[in-house]
Amino acid sequence: MPVLAVADLHKSFGGREVVNGVSFALERGECFALLGPNGAGKTTTLRCLLGLSEPERGSIELLGLPVPQRAREARQRVGVVPQFDNLDPDFTVRENIMVFGRYFGLSDAAIKQRLPELLDFAQLTERAEARIQTLSGGMKRRLTLARALVNDPDLLFLDEPTTGLDPQARHLLWERLRRLLNQGKTILLTTHFMEEAERLAHRLIIMDAGRVIAQGKPRELVAQHIEPEVVEVFGDGVQLWFESHGAPLAARAELTGETAFCYSADASALVSTLQQRGELRYLRRPANLEDLFLKLTGRELRD
Amino acid sequence: MSKPYSAASTRPPASPARDWRPPALSLRALQAWRRNFLVWRKHALPSMTGHLADPMFYMLGLGFGLGALLPQVDGVRYINFLAGGTVCFSTMNSASFEALYSAFARMQMQRTWDAILNAPMTLDDIVLGELLWAASKAFLSGTAILAVIWLLGLTHSPLSLWIIPLTFLIGICFAGMALVMTALSPSFDFFMFYMTLIMTPMSLLCGVFFPPSQLPEAMQAVAQVLPLTHAVELVRPLIYGEVPARWPAHVAILLVYGATGFCIALSIMRRRLLQ
Repeated sequence: MPVLAVADLHKSFGGREVVNGVSFALERGECFALLGPNGAGKTTTLRCLLGLSEPERGSIELLGLPVPQRAREARQRVGVVPQFDNLDPDFTVRENIMVFGRYFGLSDAAIKQRLPELLDFAQLTERAEARIQTLSGGMKRRLTLARALVNDPDLLFLDEPTTGLDPQARHLLWERLRRLLNQGKTILLTTHFMEEAERLAHRLIIMDAGRVIAQGKPRELVAQHIEPEVVEVFGDGVQLWFESHGAPLAARAELTGETAFCYSADASALVSTLQQRGELRYLRRPANLEDLFLKLTGRELRD
Repeated sequence: MSKPYSAASTRPPASPARDWRPPALSLRALQAWRRNFLVWRKHALPSMTGHLADPMFYMLGLGFGLGALLPQVDGVRYINFLAGGTVCFSTMNSASFEALYSAFARMQMQRTWDAILNAPMTLDDIVLGELLWAASKAFLSGTAILAVIWLLGLTHSPLSLWIIPLTFLIGICFAGMALVMTALSPSFDFFMFYMTLIMTPMSLLCGVFFPPSQLPEAMQAVAQVLPLTHAVELVRPLIYGEVPARWPAHVAILLVYGATGFCIALSIMRRRLLQ
């Protein structure tokens, strides 16, 4: 039985379909990512899954329970790391976990017993009595994660967990999430960091304008949609090079602003034309999830 | 960027059946209450000082200062008259401020409610917890003033002990009403309408500082529908050592105001936060 099963979810605000026929299922122990540009409907989908927003159509089964009808019971075994920090500024690190545990009906004794392990997991043991305002962004995120684990959930929802973190803090958080996966937890992650999805997700869906436009395993999706090699070219005269060599030699090529993107099964021919041109800088790399994402959702800004 | 957490401009279609279903009350509400209590405990001293000092100086200043110029009011010294009114005034203010400014900060600024909603708590639990907590603050303020009244010897009647549970009831009444404003409010500034158009008139028309019988009849009629009048009509006789006339009616009116306010506030908040 899947940990979470979503079928044909529909949700609209003011006549605009924000979630439009989304279906997917999570198996126990996997990390599943919801990718999509801003406004794709990721957060709304999460809110529906938690029973905080009622879809117009579709069915949700969370840990075997129908949502929204039995969302409260289902949330008893779910942990949530929201997109925006909402730690309690009036409490210390330790108190934040204590108070949150009580919302699950846990006894103080039970939470206290779990506390050292959670603080250690978040690397906040030394800061247990610190006020929230004194924590760095990375510490706040780790505390939010520890808080979400207070009920020892089977399933974790993470809404853009590393947005705004520096690389060190981000890598530490990824390491922690992998540790949770090794413990057998199931993770549902929304992100627009392709690197994050590539590192963590076993499977993913890409959403745009409320619809699922691709789903599968990250490597397979990239292989299926994108040529294996990419050459990015920039510098003076890139446009001339693009027209004379880039576009003809590549299987697929795009010029956006001052950068040319050339996709090809074998980039050697492209690279050899570049090696003679000192004014052009280039980067030859394997195709990745970001290429796929941009191909499917386009390059226009989404604010 | 879409932020469905906040009161966004894109409103969902109205879903009256969902928004207006009756409150589902559960004991988990006590955890929302307890969270607020634990925060208050950290700042208890300044908080209590503020809630006690303000009404106390009103009572002492007006009671002795103005009282010296006045003959007896209601057949008693002015400060004895003012004592019951001050309990109600202080109780109303305490419940209202908590349910307006503090609840709004938790709902909108700190996103405390968003965090709680991710746990197995419902919005109904949270709003009920806020109602009970605001009434608890009213209870603390009202009881503190009552203690001053006892210490000053302004009442000797054991009947005045009934004022202790009454402060909680009065708190429920004004917290319920204030939560409607909180549910509707786009920002802190919005509360100024409620303060100046509802709370100030109540303070001046409902018999806190002088008997409403001094007012023109039209204003007396207005005062009769305002809940603070009914609070005062319960508390003042108890200070005098009398059983309030028609007390079940006054209690019922306060309860109806509180319960109606709570239900309306909850419905609006469901629409605002669970879209």
